[in-house]
Amino acid sequence: MILDDADTYGVELALQLVDKSGGGEVTLVSMGSADEVAGIRGALAMGATKAVIISDDSLRGTDSLGTAKVLAAAIRRNMPDLILCATESSDGYTGILPVQLAELLELPSITFAKSVTVDNSVLKVDRQTEFGYDEVTSPLPSLVTVTAGVVEPRYPSFKGIMAAKSKPIEVLSVGDLGLATEVGSVGARQEIIEVNVTESRTAGEKHIDEGDGAIRIVRFLETIKVL
Amino acid sequence: MNVSSIWVVVEASNGSLTATSLELLSHARTLTPSVSAVTWDTHDSVIAQQVGDFGATTLYEIDHLDGMLPGVPVASAITALIDSQGAPAAILIPASYNGRDIAGRLSARLDRPVLANVTRILDEGGLVTEHQIFGGTQTIKARFTDEGTAIIVVRAKSFTASPNEGSVATVVKAPIGDVGPTGAAEITKSHIEELTGPKLEEAPIVVSGGRGLGDTSGYRLIDEVAALLHGAPGASRAIVDAGWVPYSHQVGQTGKTVKPTVYIACGISGATQHVVGMKGSKYIIAINKDADAPIFQISDLGIVGDVHSVLPALIGLLKTRE
Ligand SMILES: Cc1cc2nc3c(=O)[nH]c(=O)nc-3n(C[C@H](O)[C@H](O)[C@H](O)COP(=O)(O)OP(=O)(O)OC[C@H]3O[C@@H](n4cnc5c(N)ncnc54)[C@H](O)[C@@H]3O)c2cc1C
Repeated sequence: MILDDADTYGVELALQLVDKSGGGEVTLVSMGSADEVAGIRGALAMGATKAVIISDDSLRGTDSLGTAKVLAAAIRRNMPDLILCATESSDGYTGILPVQLAELLELPSITFAKSVTVDNSVLKVDRQTEFGYDEVTSPLPSLVTVTAGVVEPRYPSFKGIMAAKSKPIEVLSVGDLGLATEVGSVGARQEIIEVNVTESRTAGEKHIDEGDGAIRIVRFLETIKVL
Repeated sequence: MNVSSIWVVVEASNGSLTATSLELLSHARTLTPSVSAVTWDTHDSVIAQQVGDFGATTLYEIDHLDGMLPGVPVASAITALIDSQGAPAAILIPASYNGRDIAGRLSARLDRPVLANVTRILDEGGLVTEHQIFGGTQTIKARFTDEGTAIIVVRAKSFTASPNEGSVATVVKAPIGDVGPTGAAEITKSHIEELTGPKLEEAPIVVSGGRGLGDTSGYRLIDEVAALLHGAPGASRAIVDAGWVPYSHQVGQTGKTVKPTVYIACGISGATQHVVGMKGSKYIIAINKDADAPIFQISDLGIVGDVHSVLPALIGLLKTRE
C-alpha cells in the first residue's frame, strides 16, 4: 500500500481485503519527511500493521520516475500480494507514477478501480472508462489504483489511536536501498524554466435572488444567443 | 532546433478518433512535418484516412489486444517500433485513462521521464511544455534536460483540432511482442453507460452541481436543466466522492477539462481545483447562496440564491419555451 496523505480510501480498502481473506498485513509505504508522520499515524490507527518511510535530503527534486524507482526498491525487499495506490496525489496529479512502479516491479496493473475484490487469488476490478466501466481480472501479485469514493473510510477508534503509537515505522535512506544517482534533483531529467501568473477572469454582474434569479439566467442565455 | 519527428498515440472509439487524438495530431503538425500516429485494435481504413487528414504520414497499427488492458501491450509495441524505426523526438499521449497507463509503462521501459498534465507545447529551440498549477492561477514552463525521446501527456482541449486534407497514411503493422506477467490483466466484460445528451467534454452547455444541492436527489435538478438546455451534467469532486454521481461527471484538476460556451455552476464554491477544469468556458454563470463564494469572482453572471428555488424556477421557464 502506497500512502498518499489524502488517501484514506486505499487504506480502508486494503483493510477490508485483508479482513475478507482471513488474515494478512497492511504495510504503508511512503516517500517523504520522517518528521511529518501524522498521516501515517492516522492510517496505522485505522488498522494498518506497519509503515515504511523513505526519507532522505537527497530525494528533494526527484521526478516521478525517480520516485517510482525509490518505491520499487523499498517494496521489492518484501513483495506483497497487492499494491494499492491512490489515483491522484495531492501534489501535482499526473496518475502516472503507479504505472511506472508496476512496470519496474514487473507486475500487471489496473488503474482507476471503482470496486476491488479478491477471489481465490484472482483480482477482480471494475475499472472506470470514458464510456462506463470494464470488468477486469488479474492474477496476484498486482498493482491497483483506486479512485476516491471506492469505499467509505472508517474513523480510527480510541483503541486504534492508542495502538498506533507503538506500531513500527521503519525509516529508510536512499543508501539503504542501494540507490543514488538516479534520484533527487541530480537524477531528474526535467526542469522548470519559467513560472508565470495567468491572467484571471474578472467578475461580471452579481444579483441577489429576489425571485428573479431564474429569469435573469434566461435573459443572459438569450443575450449570448444560446436560447 | 527543428523537431525531427513526433509520434502521436491516438485512440479510436466507434470507428472514429477521439477529439483529443485529433487535437494532438493537429498540433504535432505545427511542430514538425514528420508526424506518425500509433493506434491499436482498429484495422480500419477509415482511421488511416482520418490520421492522414490531420497530417500524419504513417499509421503504426498495433495487433489486436485480445482483451488485454492497453497500457502494457501498446507500450511494448512502441518500444519495438523505436528499435525498428528509430526513436522520434517526442511521443504525445492523450491524458485519458488508457493514455496514462501507456505513458507510465513506456516511461519505465525506456527509462525516460514524463512531462504530464501538459496544456501547451512550444518549440523554443527545443520542446517546452506548459502546465497549469494552483488551479490555473499560474502556468509553468518545463523541459527535458537531456537528449532522448520526450514523453508528453497532454490534457484534452489543449489545442484546436483542424484537418489538413492530407492523403491517407501509410499503414505499418506493429507487433506487440512478449509482454510476460505484466500483460496479465484482461478485460472480461465492458459496460457502456447510456448517454442521453452530448458528452461532457464536447457539450456546448455544461450544468454542474456541487455540495450545495444538499443530497443525491438534488442532482435531479441538474439533470433536468442540462437536458432542457441540450447540455451535459457535470459535478464537483465533493459530490463524486460522496457517491451522488459517477467519477465520469467530475470537472476539475483530477477530473475533466471542459470549455463549453456556457458553464452553469450550481451550489459549487469555486475551489481552485474545480476552477482549473472549467475556467476556459466562454461564459460562466453561478448560483450560490453565499455572496462571497469564490466562484462569483470568475462568473459573468452570479445569482446569490438557493439552488432549490432558482433551479426549479429555471426549469419552469425553460419548459414553457419548449
Ligand atoms: C488533489 C486535489 C484534487 C482535487 N480535484 C478536484 C477536481 O477535479 N474537481 C473538483 O471539483 N474538486 C477537486 N478537489 C476538491 C476541491 O478542493 C473542493 O473540495 C471541491 O471542489 C468542493 O466541491 P463543492 O464546491 O461542491 O463543495 P463546497 O466547497 O462544500 O461548496 C458548496 C457550495 O454550495 C453553496 N451552497 C450550499 N447550500 C446551497 C444552496 N442551498 N443553494 C446554493 N448554494 C448553496 C455553499 O455556499 C458553497 O459555496 C480536489 C482537491 C484536491 C486536494
